[in-house]
Amino acid sequence: MDDWRDGIFEAIKAAGVTQVAYVPDAGHSRLIERSIEDNDLRAVSLTTEEEGVALLAGAWLGGAKGVLLLQSSGVGNCINMLSLARTCAFPLVMLVTMRGEWGEFNSWQKPMGATTQGHLELCGATCYRCDRAEDVRETVESAFRFAHYTNSIAAVLLGQRLIGAKVFEEPAAC
Amino acid sequence: MLNRRDAVRRLLDDRGDMLVVAGLGQPCFDCFAAGDDPRNFYLWGAMGGAVPTGLGLALAQPDRRVMVVTGDGDALMSAGAFATVGAEAPENLAICILDNERYGETGGQVTHTARGADLALMAAAGGVRDTRTVRTEAELADAIGALRNGAGPQVAVLKVAPESEPGSLPPQDGPHLKRRFRSAALGVEDK
Repeated sequence: MDDWRDGIFEAIKAAGVTQVAYVPDAGHSRLIERSIEDNDLRAVSLTTEEEGVALLAGAWLGGAKGVLLLQSSGVGNCINMLSLARTCAFPLVMLVTMRGEWGEFNSWQKPMGATTQGHLELCGATCYRCDRAEDVRETVESAFRFAHYTNSIAAVLLGQRLIGAKVFEEPAAC
Repeated sequence: MLNRRDAVRRLLDDRGDMLVVAGLGQPCFDCFAAGDDPRNFYLWGAMGGAVPTGLGLALAQPDRRVMVVTGDGDALMSAGAFATVGAEAPENLAICILDNERYGETGGQVTHTARGADLALMAAAGGVRDTRTVRTEAELADAIGALRNGAGPQVAVLKVAPESEPGSLPPQDGPHLKRRFRSAALGVEDK
C-alpha cells in the first residue's frame, strides 16, 4: 500500500498549495522534507504555530493557498490567532499530528492531546479524525475542498495510532 | 518625537501598487486616516498577527511591495516572527513599527520599549537585513525611502509621540476587508 505520508503530499499538491507553514513534528517529517525539496512549494519554518495562521491569511490575500502542519500541542498556541481566520472567513487547513493518546509515554503531552479537538471546535474549526492509513489522502482532499469552498477552517487530526507512538527508550518498570 | 499620522501619511503617499497590512489599534487608524484603500488590510484583533500576515502576503506577491504598519505592542507579541522574516528574507517586505512605548488602546500602559527593549535590535538579531530606529525628521525621510524602495526585509522603528490622535475608524467587517483586498489587488471576485 502507498505510504499515507505521500498521500498527504499529493493531496497538498492537488489542492494547489504553494505555502507550507510548519512547526516540525516527527509525524510530519517526511512531508516537510518533500515540501522543502519541491521547487513549487515555499516551506516556511515558524517559531510558533500562531504565526502560521496569520502567514496563511496573508498568503490568501495574495492569491496563494497554504497548509499548516503542527502537532496537537501547537493547537493551543493558535487559539486567539484563529479569530483572524474565523472573523474574516479565510480558508485554513491544519494538519495536526496527535500526541498524548495511543501509546504516549510523555505525560506532558496529555493535556493538549486530550483537548485538541475540543479547542479547535470551540474556535470554529471543523475536525476530521484519521486513524487508518487508507483514509488519509481522501480526508485531506476533503478538508481542502471544504475549507476552500466554504471559506472556513478545517483540521485533520492524524491519530497517534496511525503515526506510531514516539519511543525514546524502554520505559523503566514502574 | 515624530507625529504618527504625519509619518504614515508620508509613508503611504502616492503608493503605487503597494499592499498594506495594518496592525491592530492606532496603526489601523493611522493608515485609514492617510486615505482608505481596498489594498489596506486592517487587523482589528489577532494581536501579534501583522508581521506574519505581511510575510505570507510578501511571499505570495514577490513582485509587489508589502508594507506592514504596526505598533510596538503588536510587534513585541510576535517577536519570534522577526526570525521567520529573517530566515525567509523576502526582498519586498517592509515593516514600519510606530513605537509610542505605550499600549495605546488600553490606558497607555508602558510597553517594554519604554524600559530598555529595542525592537530594531530584536529584528536585527532575528536576521532582518536592514533595521533602524528613527527619531528625527531627517532620519524619517531616509527611513521612508528605505521602507518603500530598499532591498528587504526592512524594519524601521519610528519613535512617535504617545498622544492619541483623533478617531479614524476603518471598516471592521472581516469578509468585506478580505474580498475587497483580493478584488483590488488580484482582480479576484470571491463568491
